[in-house]
Amino acid sequence: MKPPSFVYHAPATVAEAVEALAAAGADGKVLAGGQSLIPLMNMRLAAPGHLVDINHVAGLAEITAEPGGVRVGALARHAEVEASETAHAAQPLVREALRLVAHPAVRNRGTTVGSIVHADPAAEMPAVLALLDGSVRVRGPEGERDIPAGEFFVGPMESSLRTGELAVSVFFPSARGGTAILEVARRHGDYAMAGVAALVAPDHAKVACLSVGAVPVVVDVTEAEGDWKRAAELVQDQIDPEADIHATADYRRHLTGVLTERALKAAADA
Amino acid sequence: MTTKLFGEPVRRREDARLVAGNGRYLDDLGANALAVAFVRSPHAHALITGIDVDDAIDVEGLVAIYTWEDLPAGVREPLPLLIPHPALTHGRTAYCLAKDVVRHVGEPIVMVVATDRYIAEDVCERIQVSYEFLKPVVGLETAVSGPNLVHEDVPGNIGAHMIQEVAAKDGRATRDVIAAAPHTLEFRLDIERSACMPMEGKGVYARWDADDRSLRVYSSTQTSTSVRMAIAAKLGLPLPKVEVIAPDVGGGFGVKIVHPWPEEILVPWAAILLNREVKWSEDRREHFISSAHERAQVQHVKVGFDDEGHVLGLDVEILHDHGAYTPYGIIVPIITSTQLLGPYKIGSYRVEFFSVYTNTVQVTPYRGAGRPQGVFCMERTMDKIAQYLGKDRTLVRAANFIQPDEFPYDQQMIFQDGRPLIYDSGDYPESLRKLKDLIGWDEFPLMQSKAAEEGRKLGIGVGCYVEGTGVGPYEGGHVQVTSDGRVHVSTGLTSQGQGHETVFAQIAATELGVPIEKVSVVTGDTRRFGYAVGTFASRAAVMSGNAIALACRKVKEKALRIAADALEADPADLEITDGMVHVVGAPSASIPLATVAVLSNPLRYAFDEEAKRATQFATSGSMDKPPVAEGQEPGLEGKDYYSPVRSTFASGMHAAIVETDPDTAEIKILRYAVVHDCGKMINPMLVEGQIHGGVAQGVGGALYEKMVYDEHGQLLNASFMDFLMPYVTEIPFIETDHLETPSPLNPLGIKGAGEAGVIPVSAVIAGAIEDAEKIVIDRMPISPSDLYALRDSSRTSGAVSRLRNTQ
Repeated sequence: MKPPSFVYHAPATVAEAVEALAAAGADGKVLAGGQSLIPLMNMRLAAPGHLVDINHVAGLAEITAEPGGVRVGALARHAEVEASETAHAAQPLVREALRLVAHPAVRNRGTTVGSIVHADPAAEMPAVLALLDGSVRVRGPEGERDIPAGEFFVGPMESSLRTGELAVSVFFPSARGGTAILEVARRHGDYAMAGVAALVAPDHAKVACLSVGAVPVVVDVTEAEGDWKRAAELVQDQIDPEADIHATADYRRHLTGVLTERALKAAADA
Repeated sequence: MTTKLFGEPVRRREDARLVAGNGRYLDDLGANALAVAFVRSPHAHALITGIDVDDAIDVEGLVAIYTWEDLPAGVREPLPLLIPHPALTHGRTAYCLAKDVVRHVGEPIVMVVATDRYIAEDVCERIQVSYEFLKPVVGLETAVSGPNLVHEDVPGNIGAHMIQEVAAKDGRATRDVIAAAPHTLEFRLDIERSACMPMEGKGVYARWDADDRSLRVYSSTQTSTSVRMAIAAKLGLPLPKVEVIAPDVGGGFGVKIVHPWPEEILVPWAAILLNREVKWSEDRREHFISSAHERAQVQHVKVGFDDEGHVLGLDVEILHDHGAYTPYGIIVPIITSTQLLGPYKIGSYRVEFFSVYTNTVQVTPYRGAGRPQGVFCMERTMDKIAQYLGKDRTLVRAANFIQPDEFPYDQQMIFQDGRPLIYDSGDYPESLRKLKDLIGWDEFPLMQSKAAEEGRKLGIGVGCYVEGTGVGPYEGGHVQVTSDGRVHVSTGLTSQGQGHETVFAQIAATELGVPIEKVSVVTGDTRRFGYAVGTFASRAAVMSGNAIALACRKVKEKALRIAADALEADPADLEITDGMVHVVGAPSASIPLATVAVLSNPLRYAFDEEAKRATQFATSGSMDKPPVAEGQEPGLEGKDYYSPVRSTFASGMHAAIVETDPDTAEIKILRYAVVHDCGKMINPMLVEGQIHGGVAQGVGGALYEKMVYDEHGQLLNASFMDFLMPYVTEIPFIETDHLETPSPLNPLGIKGAGEAGVIPVSAVIAGAIEDAEKIVIDRMPISPSDLYALRDSSRTSGAVSRLRNTQ
């Protein structure tokens, strides 16, 4: 469990990082918190030829209130975002969800932006971003662009980030309603077998589901009109969970229904 | 300050060092050693048709590549079958490096030595092994019924077949007794695989001194003395030229008692051949796929009983999954077969096991070593009898208990040490009374019905076990008092974090009457003590503890004799308190033990003030006697051995209250209670620590851990991400109470405590879930997904039996 050799880059600015990534092309990977990438490299499941370590880039760790939400920089650790009153004031779901992300040791090192870019459909933060219609700001050789969450997640561990692009921040919008997130994991801090983030606003309601599809599955349940049992059925019709060694597909579907009902109720009460 | 520390909750002396990161584990050693990595089979069953190293040999930093062909005579043979048994008619062991067939994913094929582990792994990736695939055999029932063979010369994949039967008092066979019993039940039980999973994997580091022709090997092992003998034998070295040291070892739990592992032979061999320091440090994936697993069994049970729940006859047929090889013999199924009886008097008992080969990692003892499976069988049986008769589960158990006045109690079987299964002491009714008090057994039905009114599902479970501990053949202890008053204790068996530095020092301090601060303890270092068996089977405290006590008594006798001369007193009037030898009742007539140590060693040369007192012109001994009297030895030291006539039998009972979520099927342990009896306790705090750790592993086995093999023999969860060892967040608070029925078999009256905690947990949790859900639980571990499926099938098809309602 040792990685093969790679070229290590330690850029000091975003421009240098983008340059190094662009030069490396498909053979380049960004190192931020390393909580997913390093184990993958140690097991030789990933073997990038170039590792671009952005930990020395200034200005990427900021958590900033912006009109209508909060912007989280690419080097902000989960633990910093979790503790941030700025982030909490803008969107309380962020802290609630981060408490379900792994364990304190992982949250001390891992970054929220890194988790979103990793695009694991079983992870909490991609679902939160998808539920809230947030966005990812990326910088590439052609400049900066914002990618809406709905277009960002394209498959398991796959985002619409282009080769040579660096995600510099994500934006979590505030919401005009209550939010909640619930999940069931085998062990405390594990990736959830099923999980549901919910938003209930005066005029609409929706959920984002973890671990039941290739990307976070967002379902609008406004038509349930506050009948959350009915909403759970709507969600169960929309998802296509797979079995693995921890849970059958049936159980995941069942759990998603239970959690949808519970999360929507909690969001409505929030 | 008291020196009577036996029985006191002394804090662990090793913790400051270990917790602060100052431990010295295998991989902390040999920073400049060459590193080893292995090409291991990615296939469960295949012929090796070629090994191509052409792409690998140019890698910079590569030192050597070895295959089976390169091995010398002694190393080319299959590894030893450590514990032969007449019933193991088809025992098979692996080669250090696969010769022509691989029989499980992870079997080592090529050894690579390089300047560091990164490069060694690069080289491994470039070595091409070609295979001709053979049909893999996976799953117990497939293995015994299917046409495919793991070893082509082992028909039916059956390595061992053994029947033991204890007929009824009137001589009737068990099956006849069951056929004639008023009530009978028949069922199938299934327990999955788990594994020891010590935090530190295995590891070996070897240094060859070419001028001295001597070899020093460090191994993360549970038996350094036996590894030493194996290395000397396999490499053809004189035993005195080989020393083996177990440094700090980060957990063993059984897997490190197996030896020699291929690496324990190959690494020293390469170190000699290359005349370089060589080290191999196992990584987690290697540990998953190439060490050892345990537990997997399928049991078919028939039981006959009367209206009171007395078991008249019990007939158990066990399929035991042994994986691809049997290096440790059939110890595990033998323990299952014998310890299944627990604290009960069974009218007649027949047990038959088939030890079955599969194309999976080999099975060797893991903490509990076959007992969790046996206890699962017996305790599920007790629960089913209670359910059938509509009786309280504890009453059915109590009806079958061996009574306190029936010890020693002969179960009339042969135990794992080849000796009779005779329980030495115990008080099972009192244990059960304490347990019921602790958990609130009699109050639980009220709690359960109140919870039910709130829509909550609660259940309670109970499990009892008896554990043979302190198996022989022997251990030894050496105790030396030096002229600075320090007491140096050594024993040959090894430590993996149990707290031996503390308990052995407590014993020595108590026996010798010295402050514990003066006592140091060394374990597992063949330079200090050459004869030992090893640490396993809850034996270290019983075996080395008693040996050290006996050695201390020799030292004390000698000290009192020398002090008596100096004080002109009768040795019988002397006592040692706080490191001073003094006349009983007259503390002023005294001499420090340090001075006694000086006097014990007549000197010609003085090198400090203390030593002057023992030189030839300073002493006033008789001119007619030699300075060292006949039959005596210089120095204040002693060595002794403890070799028991048979094992001593500890016991315990656990109970748990669980809650299952009616919607999500999540399973939560609300309370967990343990009553434990390991005879006299050396240190109750350490006993509790052992119990806590054991229960935690038991919870893992009951609710989280299993090795998931697919039909191709691929282990699907060979990482800590998918093999769910519980975190501290999954372990309930563990409530404990103790009972002390001393063992009459050894001087200290102690029994082992190391494995106890893990043994009944699956049985207890299964019983509790069954009570909460009213669904039969016959397969462990159980996950929320499993429970959901059981609920579903019990609701829809009736495929799963539901418990009948007993008011």
